[in-house]
Amino acid sequence: MNWRLIKDKLAERSFALLLLSSVVVIFLILIGLTMKSVPLLRAESLLTVLTDSVWSPLKGNFGFLPFIMGTIWVTMISLIIAVPLCVLASVYLVEYASEALRKMVLPLMNVLAAIPPVLYGVWGVLFVVPILSDYIAPLLGVNTTGYTVFAGGIVLAVMIFPIMISIMVEVLQTIPQELKAASLSLGATKWETITKVILVKAKPGILAAIVLGVSRAFGETVAVLMVCGNIPQLPSSLFDAGYPLPALIANNFGEMMSIPLYDSALMFAALLLFVLIFGFNLLSRIILNRLEEKAQ
Amino acid sequence: MSNVKSRLRKEKIAKIAMQLSGMAITGSLFFIVGTILYKGLPYLSWEMVSQSPQGGFYIGKEGGIFNAILGSLYLATVSTALATLIGIPISIYLNMYVKSGSFLERACKLLFDVLFGIPSIVYGAIAFSIMVWIGIRASLLGGIITITLLTIPIVVRTIDELLKTIPIDLQHVTFSLGSTRWETAKMFLRYIRPGIFTAILLAFGRAIGDVAGVLLTTGFSDNLPKYIDEPSATLPLAIFFQLSSPIPEVQGRAYASALVLTFIILIIVICTHLLASKQQKHKI
Repeated sequence: MNWRLIKDKLAERSFALLLLSSVVVIFLILIGLTMKSVPLLRAESLLTVLTDSVWSPLKGNFGFLPFIMGTIWVTMISLIIAVPLCVLASVYLVEYASEALRKMVLPLMNVLAAIPPVLYGVWGVLFVVPILSDYIAPLLGVNTTGYTVFAGGIVLAVMIFPIMISIMVEVLQTIPQELKAASLSLGATKWETITKVILVKAKPGILAAIVLGVSRAFGETVAVLMVCGNIPQLPSSLFDAGYPLPALIANNFGEMMSIPLYDSALMFAALLLFVLIFGFNLLSRIILNRLEEKAQ
Repeated sequence: MSNVKSRLRKEKIAKIAMQLSGMAITGSLFFIVGTILYKGLPYLSWEMVSQSPQGGFYIGKEGGIFNAILGSLYLATVSTALATLIGIPISIYLNMYVKSGSFLERACKLLFDVLFGIPSIVYGAIAFSIMVWIGIRASLLGGIITITLLTIPIVVRTIDELLKTIPIDLQHVTFSLGSTRWETAKMFLRYIRPGIFTAILLAFGRAIGDVAGVLLTTGFSDNLPKYIDEPSATLPLAIFFQLSSPIPEVQGRAYASALVLTFIILIIVICTHLLASKQQKHKI
């Protein structure tokens, strides 16, 4: 055989090996997490673990509900803030803004995406928390330190801006010009065209962008941990402290060795995150890939 | 139509709302950088970035975060290099060796897309328990492995996007001239070279800024990182730890450290942007 062909084959084999090993690593992670979680699930049923609200590892109580609720609270707050802003802003960028403005704003979104979580956390501590405790809470007659699920939600909202904006802009750009022209020529105002034609047509893509935002919010660890108080309780208002799942793992790993099942419980938390985020990402990527194929 | 006025008014209000939300989102970036700049600048000094922590550093005495800067640079450089060496062949394989549109190609690309979103705390947790299991302690090596895993999907996806921009005709032409797939791949790599640097910078930025992954695997140390099997300080963790101190002086150093990290990230972003526009110029 020709030496060049041998080189080609050699490259093919070794590249395939690299691909295979990185796929295998993912499955090993999944299997490892599952195996580590088994002891906990053997001691208590999955349902109890997920719905019990008492977390006291020393007594052997591993109720994940406070952490699940903490995660849901901060995620919901961030969505309530970020979704309307991102939809409005990306519609503006695509439908109204000049090419020059778009070319200026979109790279800025990349900068926002590149800022590490810990810097968002620092910003949260320096700005969001004091504002909440000194101005907004007294205005509403609440007494708080500021380290609340609200603060976590605000910081998260800013963190999911870039991913949602960039995907929403891409989705909106695929809407055919003819549709808009038809609506406008029938006498609809631009805003009516946006709400009744463009957004309706873009709904699956926008949904996919939101789901990606949710999964980003679910997994965000350090920035949220720094501002949301970390008290394992069920938050009942914006100004309660919360304790999201990733923060639980980050705060307690390493010191868990002596308590039985603690290590298993934390791995179960990691498994829960992995499965949820994997599922969410998979869902939105499939929607987006479909849309992309359709657009071509 | 009688209600034209109100419809137009609605249009105006909506436009203002859209402009405001655009401004809020863009403004948040300047706001974050501004806050860190404003708080960090007074504490930034040459001593901060050029010295390791001395005795009493954590109660506000002399020293700096040079160990953390160096640790982060080591960690990010090595893991980005590894991720590039693993990631580029994978995306070449998926684009040139696997039949285009096949199940394998689509499934793998989807998988890497999904992995892109897996949070670093999950990688950190699993790496930590593997390290406990085989009995190695928190070290630079542990951090490098975790961060490499974290950055491989970034490299694979970015390079994949670049390879997709190469016209398919070019591939046909080279094949018809008798070159092997490997030779064509080498040519394509040269073609997308500026883009490869972009991918590397993206991965580097993610690697240097990650906290959750290194929190469990790399540990922390006041010494300059010398050996790969020893714990090492990293910049994001240094910020995190100093910020949780009750002493104002130490907190101030956290702001200054945050400022250093911001500078590093901004430099990376600017380089990425310049390279990306260069890639645009290369397009046929």
